[in-house]
Order: sequence, then structure tokens, then C-alpha cells
Amino acid sequence: MEFFERFAIPHPSPAIYASMVAIVLTSIALVVGLTYFKKWGYLWREWLTTVDHKRIGIMYLISALLMLFRGGVDAIMLRAQLAVPENQLLDAQHYNEVFTTHGVVMILFMAMPFIIALMNFVVPLQIGARDVAFPRLNALSFWLFFFGAMLFNISFVVGGSPDAGWTSYFPLAGNEFSESVGSNYYMIAIQIAGIGTLMTGINFVTTIMKMRAPGMTLMKMPMFTWTALITNLLITFAFPVLTVLLAMGTFDRLFGTHFFTMDNGGMDMLWANLFWVWGHPEVYILILPAFGVYSEVISTFSRRNLFGYKAMVASIVVISVLSFIVWAHHFYTMGQGPLSNSIFSITTMAIAVPTGVKIFNWLFTMYKGKIEITTPMLYSLLFIPLFTIGGVTGVMLGMSAADYQYHNTMFLVAHFHMVIIPGVVFAMLAGLTYWWPKMFGFMLNERLGKWAAWILAISTLVAFMPMFLTGLDGQARRAYTYSEATGFGPLNMLSFVGAIGLAIGFAVIVYNIYYSVRYSPRNISADPWDARSLEWATHTPVPEYNFAILPQVSSSEAFWDAKKHGHKLFPGRYEEIHMPNKSGVPFIMSAIFFIWGFALIFSLWTLAIIATLGIFACMTHRSFEKDDGHHIHLGEIEETEEKLGGTKL
Amino acid sequence: MKIDQSLPLEYSTEENRLKIYGFWIFLGAEIMLFATLFASYFTLEGRTGNGPSGAEIFEITPVLIETLVLLTSSFTIGLAIHAMRLGRQKAVIAFFVITLLLGAGFLSVEIYEFIHYVHVGAGIQTSAFTAILLLTLGTHGAHVTIGFFWGLFIVMQIRKRGITPQTANKSFIFSLYWHFLDVVWIFIFSFIYLKGMM
Ligand code: HEM
Ligand SMILES: [Cu+2]
Repeated sequence: MEFFERFAIPHPSPAIYASMVAIVLTSIALVVGLTYFKKWGYLWREWLTTVDHKRIGIMYLISALLMLFRGGVDAIMLRAQLAVPENQLLDAQHYNEVFTTHGVVMILFMAMPFIIALMNFVVPLQIGARDVAFPRLNALSFWLFFFGAMLFNISFVVGGSPDAGWTSYFPLAGNEFSESVGSNYYMIAIQIAGIGTLMTGINFVTTIMKMRAPGMTLMKMPMFTWTALITNLLITFAFPVLTVLLAMGTFDRLFGTHFFTMDNGGMDMLWANLFWVWGHPEVYILILPAFGVYSEVISTFSRRNLFGYKAMVASIVVISVLSFIVWAHHFYTMGQGPLSNSIFSITTMAIAVPTGVKIFNWLFTMYKGKIEITTPMLYSLLFIPLFTIGGVTGVMLGMSAADYQYHNTMFLVAHFHMVIIPGVVFAMLAGLTYWWPKMFGFMLNERLGKWAAWILAISTLVAFMPMFLTGLDGQARRAYTYSEATGFGPLNMLSFVGAIGLAIGFAVIVYNIYYSVRYSPRNISADPWDARSLEWATHTPVPEYNFAILPQVSSSEAFWDAKKHGHKLFPGRYEEIHMPNKSGVPFIMSAIFFIWGFALIFSLWTLAIIATLGIFACMTHRSFEKDDGHHIHLGEIEETEEKLGGTKL
Repeated sequence: MKIDQSLPLEYSTEENRLKIYGFWIFLGAEIMLFATLFASYFTLEGRTGNGPSGAEIFEITPVLIETLVLLTSSFTIGLAIHAMRLGRQKAVIAFFVITLLLGAGFLSVEIYEFIHYVHVGAGIQTSAFTAILLLTLGTHGAHVTIGFFWGLFIVMQIRKRGITPQTANKSFIFSLYWHFLDVVWIFIFSFIYLKGMM
């Protein structure tokens, strides 16, 4: 019995028991459903063992949407708790847990996989490649992310959730102040997912640098591919910092070391510094691909080349470099003195310059364009003013002296939501709507899509503008309640209304997916938006090998120029195509990682050792395995192409 | 699979070229990993709490042996790759085996060194300084350990399958990894041991 006590929830509540029941019921329903419809084989063959970048992209997408739901429920709970003064809906402990998991889930398990989903699906197609450089590694990346996310998500029913904030500052996150296993979940689940992401970074840098279609020089790459390249470089250089950081945190918690403790020489500020050395580049890892999506969408629906392509590339590069030298702006108030605060203020404000350049480039792209307001374009148009609010308040926060007033208030919370929601979330929704027909062969309903966009935009303002005001008046972030006398009540109620509005907006999107699955016409062309880059040059649905003949590129808008100026995009004849084989090892190895993580979290050492051996066994197997892939033969290619309507252009 | 005869065997196929390129990027990530460890080491170096400082626990002899052994192994893995380019399978295997033996020698001395630290009261829980010292050395040592098994698997594959584009590619990438660990060690030697003993 004692053995099992460690898995109990330290602060149970009816809501948690209800979730337990819900989780068990859903799992049973899944197993029964799969068995009843005899889908286990299909699931294993077509999805769990796939190494196809398109399918992996779709699995990332599904995970991101699920996590959006989980993070969204957290958000509603937070805003409901704050809606009225002295509310008793959640107690302090639960509030702490909910804002912690909300932050981690939204940034690491929703925004990141959403971006990686689009990159997976789109980048190889945009550069005219047949897959990523290391398809098998790509599958491993996904499954590590997936099992990391799952491990994090079981925390609230097994052992307790982390409660020290998504920033998990020490000494708060140390054993002394966080006794439950919650912070172990933080350290280990994020570690597993982070290793997957790091491998994605390496994979995509190699893919984009080495596998572009003939003729596609760096300066002829579509803008989304550019942002993907830089984002993956940022991942490659920032995530190892997180790896080390989490390892040190794990050691402090499990093995009694003194990296971040208050005694024996430990230094709590080392955590804060290293966290943000990773954390600030991380927010740019999120925003750059979003900028890439907007660039594609705005130029497609303005029917014009992207204005200032070179300036755009330069600003991305400058942003990525600057993002590594601003980290201390997250803790101006923690005592590093005026000199370094001033330096970091200047670098921080400098980032606003290249960001501004991009905003003007988009505006000039639209200027004199033939603008067509589709759903993705609507998101882009709403993004510009809303994101500007977030950016300008960011510059306000960047001034170190003034930040003593704003820091750790609702003003800060409003800032980062005003950059992340219009910046990242709208971009992902725009990208989802834009590439949906390529992914699934039908379009999402435009009317419902636009309704959702408007509801989300207005609700974002309603939810977060009041926080700028209460923040300036001194309402602290991460405080579970406030007194009537503060007068924060009405504005917080307004925020709650906005949060409900956001939930409604997302519900409309879900309904839109359902509606479009049922009613959308399936006989759409391969290029329904009259778009400009190579992903639209191949068939819908995209054949396994993407392109029967690799495209020959001569401009940054290869497909558009092929359509309008009659360039020949696919010269040559069919040849045999070499493709990678499926493999179940990435899935199995990641599942063992899950067990390994679980064992460490609960200090089950024997199990941890067995799992470690299991992981090494998988790696050994990989080393000795002979895997030369397989060939798709000419006849098969001809047949597929025939079925899809013949070679294009 | 197309084999380009004008290139060395390890670069001869598209897949091989991608793997080598990707491994360089991976080494970029590894540089960041060790850079983070070093940055943390310099931050925590003086924070010894009630425990000993570096000057009190470092011993020059084992460190010199480790350095010598590891540097030599970097040379022998270079010879292995040279032999591979000449297509001499026996020599490749011989140099690989010497490299791995040297690697094992390095690890033995390092384990002795760790035991020594624990004996003189500088275990991982003693202070921030000992924690970061052992984490940095341990991360490097874990890399060498993984490298040892990886190299062992490659030797077995060369014995069984000969020098093929695949085994040549693996050997070459392994040599990059091994040289990298050597470079990291030089930093450890200079900025942890020498600096600490001065
Ligand atoms: C114009 C560019 C930007 C500037 C000058 C800026 C500046 C800042 C500053 C100074 C802070 C810390 C304030 C404090 O703690 O008191 C901050 C926090 C934050 N920013 Fe920004 N920011 C900018 C853009 C962005 C973007 C594009 C994102 C994400 C996509 C972002 C995400 C965040 C997040 C998540 C936090 C809060 C982290 C936390 O403490 O939990 N920012 N920003
Ligand atoms: Cu920042």
C-alpha cells in the first residue's frame, strides 16, 4: 500500500476525480472502438510506423489541437477564478497548478507542435523535396514529443501537477518548497519532448540546406521556408541550453545536488538566467514561422510578390541573432544593477526595429495589390493591428526602469498574450486554413472560418485589454485572488467574458471542421487559392513521393511564374524513386522513454534502469539494422500520376 | 542508390552526404550543450560552500594520463580513417580497436578520479562547485562511454560487412564525434584543471 501512496494526488478535488473517470472512459472507448472496427492494424501500419513527413505533420497537428483544448480548459478555469473578487472556485494550490500547466502546455505542447506540424507538412513540398533529410529521425522526434506531452498531462491525475510556474524558478521549484512530484514532471517530461524538438531542428536545417530542388538558391526560397530555416537554427542552438538546465534541475530534485539551492553555494539566479537564455529565443522560435505564414498568405491574397524580400530575410536573421542577447529583460528587478539593465534595455528595444520592418513590408505588399479577403487573409489583417499592441507594450516593458512598475503584473500577462495570440495562434489558424485543402483534399467553410476569426479577434481584445489597466494599477500576476477594495472586479469580469468568447471562437472552428468534413465539395483543384509556391504544384492528395519529377526552379515564386509565364516546372521523364522504409522502432523507443521518465519522476530506480537498457537496446538495434529503403517502380508512378490526373505543367 | 565514384566512399551517396552534414549540425548543438556547462561551471566555480575548492582536490597525475590517452586515441582514429580511404580493412579494424582500448583506458582513470573525489569529501551533493564539476566531467565521460559502444558496433559491422559506403560513412562520422570529444577535453583540461590548480 505504501508503494502506491506516492501516486496519489496531494490536493485532490472533485474536478480531478471527474477527469480521472473521463480519462479512463475515453481510453476504454478508444480501445473498444479500435478493436470493434478492426483498426489496430491500420493504425500501426499507416500512422504509428510511418516516416512520411506529411503524415507526421498531421499527427503533430492533431496533438497540437488536443493540447489547445487542454490548455484552453486551464485558461477558462483561471479566468473564472479571477472573474470576481475573493472567489473560492479554486484554492491557491490549484490555481498555481493550473497556471503552470496552462503555460507549459500552451507554449511547449500546443504552439511548438503546431508550428512543427506546418513545417513538416509544408517545407519539403515548398522546396521540391521528397521527404526530410532523416525521415526516421523525424518519426522519433514526433513520438518523443508526443510521449513527453502525455507524460506531462498525466501529472494531474497521478502524483500531482507542477505548481511553480512555466518558468519554474528555483528555489520555489526545489524540493524544499515544492515537495510533490509535480516539478519532477516538469523537469523530465519537458526534457523528453525537448530532445525530440532538438532533433527536429537538426533534421530541418539539413533538409533545407541540402535538399532544395535544382535552381532554388537560398534567396529563391519561399518566405515560410526561410523562417523555418532560421527557426530550426534557433532550435539547434537554444534547446541544448534547456537540456542542460533541466538536467541540473532534475539533479537538484532527485539527487540532492546544490545547483540552485540557497545553501552550499547554490545559485538560484543561475536557473533564471539559463531559463531565459533558452526562453527568449524560444518565443522567437514561435513567432518566426508565424511571420512566414503571414508572408505567404499576404502575398498570395494580394496577388503580388512579397514586398522587400531581401529586407524580410535580413530582418529575420537580425531578429534571430538579437534574440540571444536580450534574456535579462525578464528579470530586470532581480538585482543585476543599472549597467547591465541598460545594456539589455537597448538590445531589447532594438528587436522592435526589424519587427517593424516586417510590418511595413506586409503593408507595402498589400498596397496596390488585388486584395481578396479569405479566412487566412482575414487572420493576417487582424494580426497586424493586434500584434502591434503587443509589440509596443513589449517595448514599454523593455525599458528597465519602467519595468519595475510593470513586472509581474497583469500588464506583462496582457503583453505576451497580445503577441502570442495574434502572432502565433492566428498564424497557425491562418496556415491551417490555407494548407488544409492540400492536407485533406477539401476546403474549410469560409463563412464559418471568418466568423471564427472575428470572434477570436474581438475576444482577444476583450480578454486582454482590461489586463493592461489592472496591471498598471498593480494587479499581480499568478495571485489566485484579490480583495473587493482593489476595484479590479469589473475589469476581471470583462476578461472572463473575453475568455468565454475565445472558447466560442475555437468551438466555431471545431464545428467548421465537422461541417466541412461533411459538406465541403471534394472536387477541388490542386491549387484552389491560385497560390505561388511549389506545394501547390503537386497533386491533391499529395502522392507518397510528393513530386513524380523533381521541379526545376528559376525564381522565388516558381509555381506562379510557371503558371503565368509558362516556365516548365517539371522537365525530364519519370524515374524510379527511392523511398525510406517504415519503422516501429521510433514509437517503441519513445514509449520506453515514457516509462523511463515515469520511473524517474517517482524514483522507481529498478524500473528506470530497465527502461534505460531498453532505450540502449533500441539504439543498438538501429546501429546493426540494414535499411536501404525501397524503390517505387516506373509502372507504379505512372499509374498513380494517371489516377491523379497526369503530370502537371 | 547512386554511387558517385569521384568522391571518397563515405561521401559517395546522397544519403551519406546528408548524414555527414547533419552530424556537423548536431555537433553545433553539442557545442552549445558544453558551452552551457562551461558557463555554469565558471559561475559556480568559486561557490564551494563548506566543501573543498578545485585546488584542494585536483590531482595532476591522473589528469595528465587521461589527457595523453585521449589525445592519442584521437590520432589513432585519424589513422583508422586514413586506412579506410586506402581500403585496408585489417588496418581500419586494428586502429579502431586501439582507439577503443584507449577510450576504455581513459574511462578507467576517470572512474578512479571520481572515486578519489568522493573519498576526499567532494561528492556530487557537497556543494554547487562539486555538482557542476562532476556534471561537466560526467557529461563528457558519458559521451565517451556511448562512443565506446558505438565504435565497438562499427568495428563489428566492418568485420562482417567490409568497407562499404555505409560502414565507411559510419566510421567517418564516428571519427568526427571522437575528435569533438577530444576538443572538449582540451577545454576541460585547460579551463577546469589547469585554471583550478593555478
Ligand atoms: C517587440 C518585441 C518585444 C519586446 C520588446 C518584448 C519585451 C518583453 C519584455 C521586456 C518582457 C519581460 C517583462 C517583465 O517580465 O516585466 C517580455 C515578456 C514576455 N514576452 Fe515579450 N517582447 C516582444 C515580443 C514578444 C513576442 C513576439 C513574444 C512571443 C511570441 C513574446 C513573448 C513574451 C512572453 C511569453 C513573456 C513573458 C514570460 C513570463 O514571464 O512568463 N514577446 N517581453
Ligand atoms: Cu524575452
